[in-house]
Parts: sequence; C-alpha cells; structure tokens
Amino acid sequence: MALPIRYTLRNLWTRKLTTALTAGGMALVVFVFAAVQMLDTGLRATLVATGQPDNVLITRRGAGAEISSGVDRSQASIVESQPEIASGAGGTRMISKEAVILITLPKRGTGQATNVTTRGIGEAGLMLRPQVQLVQGRAFERGSTEVVVGKSLATRFESATVGSVLRFGGREWRVVGIFDSGGAAFDSEVWGDNDQLMQAFRRQAYSSVIGRLVDANAYTDLKTRLEGDPRLTLDVKRERVFYEEQSQALSKFISYLGLTLSIIFSIGAMIGAMITMYAAVANRVREIGTLRALGFRRRAVLMAFLFESVLLGAVGGAVGIALASFMQLVQISTLNWQSFAELAFSFALTPKIAVLSFCFAIVMGIVGGFLPAVRAARLKIVDALRAA
Amino acid sequence: MRDQRIVEIRNLSKSYQRGGQIVPVLSDITLDIASGEFVALMGPSGSGKSTLLNLIAGIDKPDGGMLRVAGIDIAELSESELADWRAEHVGFIFQFYNLMPVLTAFENVELPLLLTRLTSGERKSHVETALAMVSLSDRMEHYPSELSGGQQQRVAIARAIITDPTILVADEPTGDLDRASAEDILNLMDRLNAELGKTIIMVTHDPNAARRARSLRHLEKGVLTADRS
Ligand SMILES: Nc1ncnc2c1ncn2[C@@H]1O[C@H](COP(=O)(O)OP(=O)(O)O)[C@@H](O)[C@H]1O
Ligand SMILES: [Mg+2]
Repeated sequence: MALPIRYTLRNLWTRKLTTALTAGGMALVVFVFAAVQMLDTGLRATLVATGQPDNVLITRRGAGAEISSGVDRSQASIVESQPEIASGAGGTRMISKEAVILITLPKRGTGQATNVTTRGIGEAGLMLRPQVQLVQGRAFERGSTEVVVGKSLATRFESATVGSVLRFGGREWRVVGIFDSGGAAFDSEVWGDNDQLMQAFRRQAYSSVIGRLVDANAYTDLKTRLEGDPRLTLDVKRERVFYEEQSQALSKFISYLGLTLSIIFSIGAMIGAMITMYAAVANRVREIGTLRALGFRRRAVLMAFLFESVLLGAVGGAVGIALASFMQLVQISTLNWQSFAELAFSFALTPKIAVLSFCFAIVMGIVGGFLPAVRAARLKIVDALRAA
Repeated sequence: MRDQRIVEIRNLSKSYQRGGQIVPVLSDITLDIASGEFVALMGPSGSGKSTLLNLIAGIDKPDGGMLRVAGIDIAELSESELADWRAEHVGFIFQFYNLMPVLTAFENVELPLLLTRLTSGERKSHVETALAMVSLSDRMEHYPSELSGGQQQRVAIARAIITDPTILVADEPTGDLDRASAEDILNLMDRLNAELGKTIIMVTHDPNAARRARSLRHLEKGVLTADRS
C-alpha cells in the first residue's frame, strides 16, 4: 500500500522555501529547453510560410540559395514557355524572374550596417504570393526606382518608412509602401522592379524563377523535363521545400545549442533536486523508521520520496512552460546563414513542445530523487528509530 | 485466553557489530508472556531492553534461539511478510511519540488502516472511536505541533490500538513526559489492559511506571534476572 498523496504534498508545502528554490531551478532549465525549441519552431514556421504549395522555385543547379544562384535570360525564357506553368487573367504567364541582391542598411537605434535581402520581382511577383498584403502606402510602379518594404524591416531599419529614401546600388530608392506577408521571411525584405535592380547592380542573370503550376501534379513532369534538358543547368523545387531547406542550418544550430545548454543546466538542476531530497530524507529518518514499523514496505517509502521529487519536477515544469509562453510576445531577428540576410521570427509554443518540456521536467525529478529515495528505502528500521 | 502464551522466547541471542567488533547485547534469553499480560521490562540503560522489545515487535532479527509471537516463528518470515505481520499484530508506542508532523491527529491514527482493506467510511468511524477512547475527539484536525506531549502520546496510543493488534509494545512511553501527563498515559494503558484485555509489553526505567504493570522482568547486561511479580 502506498502512502497518501497528501503526505507528500504537505511535506513539500512545509518546506516552502526549499521547494520553491528547487522547483525554481528546474523551471529555469525547462524554460531554456522550451524556449529553444520554440525558437526553432518559429524559425521553421517563418520559412515554411514563405513558400506556396503550388509554386515552384528554380535556381542554378547546386546553388542551394537564391543569393548564390544565377539563371541567365535564355534559360529563364525556356522555363517561361513550359506548359506546366499556369496563366493568369488576361493570359499573363504566372511566373516571376527574380533578382535577389544583398544590400546593407543602417539599423534603427545603433545605425549599424546590416545585410538586407532586396528582391527584384517580375510582373506576376505579387500574384504568386497571395499571402503578401500591402498594409501601408501602395505598390511600386514598374520601371521606376520605387520600392516596398516588409513590415519587420520597417520597424528595425532607419528610413524604411513610407516616403523616405534608401540609398543602395548607386541610386536612391523611394519607399512607397509597406507589406505584410503574415510572418514569412519576406517581411524582412525590400521589393522592387527586377529590371531596375539588375541595371543598378549591373546584373546579367536572374537569381531565381518562381512559377505557379497549372496543378500540383504537374510538378514531376516539369522537374523531369527541365532537369533533363541538356541546354539547362537548373534545379527545380517546390517553393515550400526550398524554404524548408533554407531553415536547416540555422535550425540545426539552434537545436544543438539548445540541447547542449539544456543538458548542462539540467545536470545542475538534478543535483539541486538530489541535495534537496537527501536533506528531506535525513530530516525524516525517524519518520521513515516509524512508517516501516507500522507495516509500510520499503517500496512504499521509495515511492513516497520519488513522488515527492517528481512533484518538484512537475511544479518546475509547469512554471517553466508558463514562463516560456510569455516568450511568444517577443520577436527576434538574426542572420540566416543560407541567405546571409537578416530574418525576423518569433517563438512559437506548440502542444508538442509543452508536453516534451513537461516530460523533461518529470525526468529531472525522477533522476534527482532516485538515489535519495533508495537511501530512504534502505534504512534499517531499528537504526532509523534510534536517530535523533 | 489468559493462559495462552502470546510470546514464547527460547535461548534468544542478539549481538551488534560495531567498528569491526561483535558486541553481544542479549544472550540466552528465555521468556514467556501470556495473553492479556501487562509486563514491564526494567534494567539499566544499555542493558538491552529496547533490543529485546524490537525483536518481539518484529523490527529486528535475532542471531539465534526461538522467537514465536502469536504462534508464528517471526524470525523465519521474509521482510515483506514481516511488514504485513507487524501491520496486523503489533501496536507501537514510542518515547518521542513519532507522529507524522505533516498529518493531523486524525490522519496519523488512520495511517495503519491504510494497510487494511477498510473503506474510507469504515476507517473514519474506527479513527473517531479510537480518538474518543483517548479523549481527543475535539483535537482530530490538530497537527502534532499544536498538541502537548501528553496529547501527542495519546494520539500515538490511538494509532497503536486502531488495528486491534495482538500485542502493544511501548518503549519508555512516559520517558519524555511530565508527571501528570505520564500519569494520564499510564492510566490509559492500565485501562487498555484491564478493560480491553490488551497484552502490553513496556520498557521503562521509571519505577512509577513499572509499578503500574502486572508483572516485572529485569534485564542486566543482556541477561534476564529473577522475576518479581
Ligand atoms: N542498532 C544498533 N547498532 C549497534 N549497537 C546497538 C544497536 N542497538 C543497540 N545497540 C547497543 O546495544 C546495547 C543495548 O541497547 P538497547 O537495547 O537500546 O539498551 P536499553 O534500551 O536497555 O537502554 C547498547 O550498548 C547499544 O549501544
Ligand atoms: Mg532503550
């Protein structure tokens, strides 16, 4: 028979300060554990939201990222003429030949020069991204040096506001609008006319070609034909897959860093729990002897102390997850190594992360409480009863 | 029932190991205790009284000899069998009461019943009866720290009798109490023995306590000396 749960609860409650400190240590570890995964999930969500399911993205073979890719005009024309590419209203081809160029802009506040992705888009560029909405001003005029900026960029960079002027590529570019792509990576980009940008930077080749498929099944046909064509040196990917791959390096780094930190911190927290539980056992030796004399078995004593430690972990886990949930209000920006540009994203708490973090806390409780619980269970009754 | 031997001890010995040395504590103890007896075990400090009581109560194991309590050779039981045996047959009264500080008087008395099959309703009525018997019905929700020493020992006695055990063992039950409280406890034990027929084995070195017992045994350096009844 097990000892009553209230015995464990009241023992924890009686030493409130120790309980709070021990659980607090575990809460911090759970916070780090959860926050890092939230960061990773937020990053992926941002990059995945950037891709549309029925868009394809075409780059130079082996380029990996748009920034290191070049698709010359003749190859782009061949892509444009493929039957799998959809046509929009008025017969315009649903395709955008794009130039992606890194520029530097001064950050608001510090004035520090930071890499920013500038994207010259074709006529269908906006239609291919239905998630992009203008929230202020208007779209840029084709054939002009007007640009629109993403909303994360607008808040983080000086002179990225409607009516102001950005200087790059030896020209002045007037900001005429701000757009919102719903948390996608585009929110950290400057968009303008592809021809204007290519002239300013003396580019001969596009970086990528984005096209809308007539239907989702057309993908394999298009990929097979384009990648098999000896005149072409192109990679064809679904846009969503392309952006998922963009997140891999940073995502891996965040995961490994997070896991390493969590493991190191958790060792500290588990030692803390162990010290607390050893002290609890030492303080209750005579109590343990009495329980055993009354007929409670070793296993009941073991479980009571283990449960006490698990409960400490559960409290720590709940507090840690609650703290981490506040991180959802925070937006952070960092350099994405695959595009070499600033990327803004936020922490995303999913049920899976919450459950995983809670389990992590419980495991810390079990590991920290195990040895003290074994010691409690191993006490000889007569020795325990003789304790002061 | 009166003549039935509840405790039968033959040539019992026990020693402890201390710093690599074997220290004999009890040697060649032979003792019978009849059902319904109230025995006081006296002797100087360190003579082995507690050790003998612990062996009878099944919380320690002898080195040799026979130890039969309520017809069972308890030296032969496995550890978990012994735990169940104690829960069923032994009520403990300690010098320092040994109540769980985080449990109320009611919950402390209820503790041994958690090892039985009684329902919570049955447990409640048992506990209330036992606490009424020790005149603590109005202190059921109090924690040990809110009770005097004498009151705590009465709670402990209620806990000891709650399962209606075969024997009650008491190790210096008045050792930590003032005269008046000690008197209360001894009156209570007297009633348990006289009115309810409980078999009580009490270790004490207080002559006032020993006088209340029906019979006396003396231990001297681990050997039982002449009985005085
Ligand atoms: N668990 C134990 N380990 C080692 N020595 C013990 C233990 N229990 C008792 N002793 C020793 O055995 C002797 C008798 O102890 P005890 O039975 O407690 O005496 P009493 O109760 O008569 O004062 C003492 O010398 C004591 O130190
Ligand atoms: Mg003693």
